[in-house]
Amino acid sequence: MENFERLKEIVAQYLPDDVDADKIQLDSNFTQELNINSANLVDIVLDVEDAFNIQLENDDMDGMQTVSDALKIIENKVG
Amino acid sequence: MRRVVVTGIGICAPNGIGLAAFERSLFKGISGIQHFQELEELNFSCQVAGKPNIEDINLNEYFDKVQLKGLNSSGVVYGTIAGLDAWKNAGLEPQLQEPDWDSGIIFGTGILGVDKFREAIYKVDSGNVRRLGSTSVVQTMASGISAYLGGIIGLGNWATTNSSACTTGTEAVLMGYDRIASGKAERMLVGSCSDSGPYVWGGFDAMRILPTKFNDQPEKASRPMSASASGFVPGSGAGALVLESLESALARNAPIYAEVLGGDVNSGGQRQGGSMTAANPVAVQHCIRKALENVKITAKDVDAINGHLTATTKDPDEITNWSSAMGRSGNDFPFINSFKGHFGHCLAASGSIECVGTVLQLKSGKLFGTMNCDDIHPKILEQVDPSKIVNSSMDYSPKIIAKASFGFGDVNCCVIFKQFKKII
Repeated sequence: MENFERLKEIVAQYLPDDVDADKIQLDSNFTQELNINSANLVDIVLDVEDAFNIQLENDDMDGMQTVSDALKIIENKVG
Repeated sequence: MRRVVVTGIGICAPNGIGLAAFERSLFKGISGIQHFQELEELNFSCQVAGKPNIEDINLNEYFDKVQLKGLNSSGVVYGTIAGLDAWKNAGLEPQLQEPDWDSGIIFGTGILGVDKFREAIYKVDSGNVRRLGSTSVVQTMASGISAYLGGIIGLGNWATTNSSACTTGTEAVLMGYDRIASGKAERMLVGSCSDSGPYVWGGFDAMRILPTKFNDQPEKASRPMSASASGFVPGSGAGALVLESLESALARNAPIYAEVLGGDVNSGGQRQGGSMTAANPVAVQHCIRKALENVKITAKDVDAINGHLTATTKDPDEITNWSSAMGRSGNDFPFINSFKGHFGHCLAASGSIECVGTVLQLKSGKLFGTMNCDDIHPKILEQVDPSKIVNSSMDYSPKIIAKASFGFGDVNCCVIFKQFKKII
């Protein structure tokens, strides 16, 4: 759960002002439910790389629809 | 053609952010020019410049938190402050759902987001292009400023950015005027912005056209029309005006600051003495004459001029152009001033910042004194009576002010503003 909390902190920075951070759940879809601008997914990836000291590939990003998708990718990389 | 009025103004200038501070500085002769340690350390010959002091501004009032992340484009910041303030000043609100199809934006710039571009260059050169982030493009594309403002407000008419060097801001006013006068829009947010910093100003320093003897007395460095003028002081910032059809303004009982009668824009084609960096005097005079003709007034009707007058040794030539174009000299010459003594030459932002100052003169019934021109250039005194050079602020209600800006590339623009009196 520690990884989820760290991810949540990152994602919260890209939420529109009218979306509360409590809405970030494991099954939340970044663009459709959290209303995050798809362009900002790139920034989330960069922040994740810095926070977890990993590197995500373009393919990783393509499969990153929900918070749990992102979490799985992170956990695979962190090992 | 429909009548067009100014219903809102906003300003982010080196000598004041917000109308009250800006007007006070213009009236009292408070300088916005400072010495910058950074320029000294970088071996600039001219180490003084004009930069809006945004330290005390709460940017959360202008941008949402996602927009503020990684925002490193001073032009976008200045332009958004001025643009949103102008919109609010006009009594208008952002659109919540559907865009306002009758409102557009023409917000110019010379080069945008230079500091952001520098960040990108370092990353690209080190093979790290994948780490640029999502906003490198929108912060550095020229139309970024219109895109930020248009998106925040929800503008659904024409949204574009013009660029014509130091003519940009005044040209944006004329473009917006045309759009409304021809019936294609009801409201146009017009203006311009210019980034701060060594990467914008360095090229001018290299051209040796900036003053170098005033590094220890910055407020004296910008000397329009003065015998001791030795170059323009580089500046930055943004000015914005809400232009609106008279019908729309009256219908919603909006404040009306002034009327825009129209004007003219042209180019000297870099012929007849004009070049990439020098103005063709025939073209300047043609532009001024044509502006008067287009708005159907005569040269005699002009009460005051707000010149381009950058404080180089070319200022007397500009006076010659006004005098020849209008057939007026000596005591018959209109009052003339320049605001560049206060904040330097804000480059692409100069025209819009000075148009806002011009509108404030019409609204307040004052002419703001030109700073640092007590020693009027002798070549100017050969043409114009010294009483016509406004070197200290005065009570005088001009009915018509001609505002002109001239830019690199040999381009010119002259806009005619008129005092607005509501018929009750």
